[in-house]
Amino acid sequence: MATETTDVAGVCVDAGGSALGMPQLCADWMPNQIFWLVITLIAVYFVMSRVALPRISAVLAERSGTITNDIAAAEELKNKAAQAEAAYDQALLDARAEANKIVAEAKAEIQAELDVELQKADAQIAAKTAESEAAIAEIREGAVKSVTEVAKATAKELVAAMGGTADAKTITAAVTARMKG
Amino acid sequence: MATEEYSEGGSAFQFHPLDQFIVKPLFGDGPVSWYTPTNVTLWMAIALLAIVAVFVLGSRGRAIIPTRLQSVGELLYGFIYKMVEDVTGKDGVKYFPYIMSLFLFILFSNYLALIPMSYSPTSMIAVTVILGFGVFIAITILGFVKNGPAFLGLFWMSDAPAFLRPIIAIIEIISYFVRPVSLSIRLAGNIAAGHVVLKVFATFAAAAIISPAAILGIIAIYGLEILVCGIQAYVFTILTCVYLKDALHPAH
Repeated sequence: MATETTDVAGVCVDAGGSALGMPQLCADWMPNQIFWLVITLIAVYFVMSRVALPRISAVLAERSGTITNDIAAAEELKNKAAQAEAAYDQALLDARAEANKIVAEAKAEIQAELDVELQKADAQIAAKTAESEAAIAEIREGAVKSVTEVAKATAKELVAAMGGTADAKTITAAVTARMKG
Repeated sequence: MATEEYSEGGSAFQFHPLDQFIVKPLFGDGPVSWYTPTNVTLWMAIALLAIVAVFVLGSRGRAIIPTRLQSVGELLYGFIYKMVEDVTGKDGVKYFPYIMSLFLFILFSNYLALIPMSYSPTSMIAVTVILGFGVFIAITILGFVKNGPAFLGLFWMSDAPAFLRPIIAIIEIISYFVRPVSLSIRLAGNIAAGHVVLKVFATFAAAAIISPAAILGIIAIYGLEILVCGIQAYVFTILTCVYLKDALHPAH
């Protein structure tokens, strides 16, 4: 059967177009593969070494530079933020101290005003009390006098009713003595 | 003739799992000479265009905030750059473009080969042998240029007991010369085997009864191949870095 292989197919292929043995080992085809392999490898090498690899390494270098710069910038911004935060905290503390001071001042002022008002009120109250006491004393005096008069009149009437006569002088003396007792 | 033979066998299946590796001319049906544009050429060219698309068009904007495609390129760049730097040290970094090109070619060829109906150049021994031996020869020359005869110190374990040194030297020399073979066979073997297995499952999928199982098998193997493609590109690259480190610092 092998004798019937055509010239066109060569020694590596049988008449049906199938491989005889391993095509990998067919010596007829090797120079072709080697030639094209060498061409391809040279082409790949030139593309890589002339165009692709320098470009990629430049991109990578640029990127790492950018990243370094960005990290430095971020660090700087972070420091700035920390400073701003410290300033903010300081301002907050100052404001709080100021507020406390104002509160204390206001309190003291109010206290002073309150003291003054209290004193004034106390004085007024004392004056009113004294006035009232005077009025009460007057009223009491008036009342005592009235009682004396009523008592004298009553005593005179009583004496008269019991049939005696009493002069005013005696009755007055008796009533006054009773009222003292 | 061949089809008759298969049908005589009474089998519904026609197993040609290796046919996918046949090299065909792109134009016409003539013989494959060394310069003929073939399907190998086509898929290598597609790999090249894909690399250009990701790395040149993708990074066109040179954006500080990368686009998706640019990030893919940057990730791969960073990955290989770090690998080269970690394994070979600072003085290996100037060989980074070579290693990067190698890695990208293998990676893109591997992954493009997972597209149905595509062709996988990295499954061909001739291709991987050139890659492996290219690395090997370049690194050996580099080792002698950088270190002169001191490069041979790589094979002479000065720490070992004196009587063991010649034996170790022989073992080291053998292992040194096996490096390109293992590099190339590993890559081609992994990729070719994966594709053959996929093809076999695909053939089974033609039979109604077992086709669900076969399709599940294809899915599973495809997932595995996605891993293998990346890992093989990675392994090839990191071994290249290790060998490069040996060439730059031959002392044990």
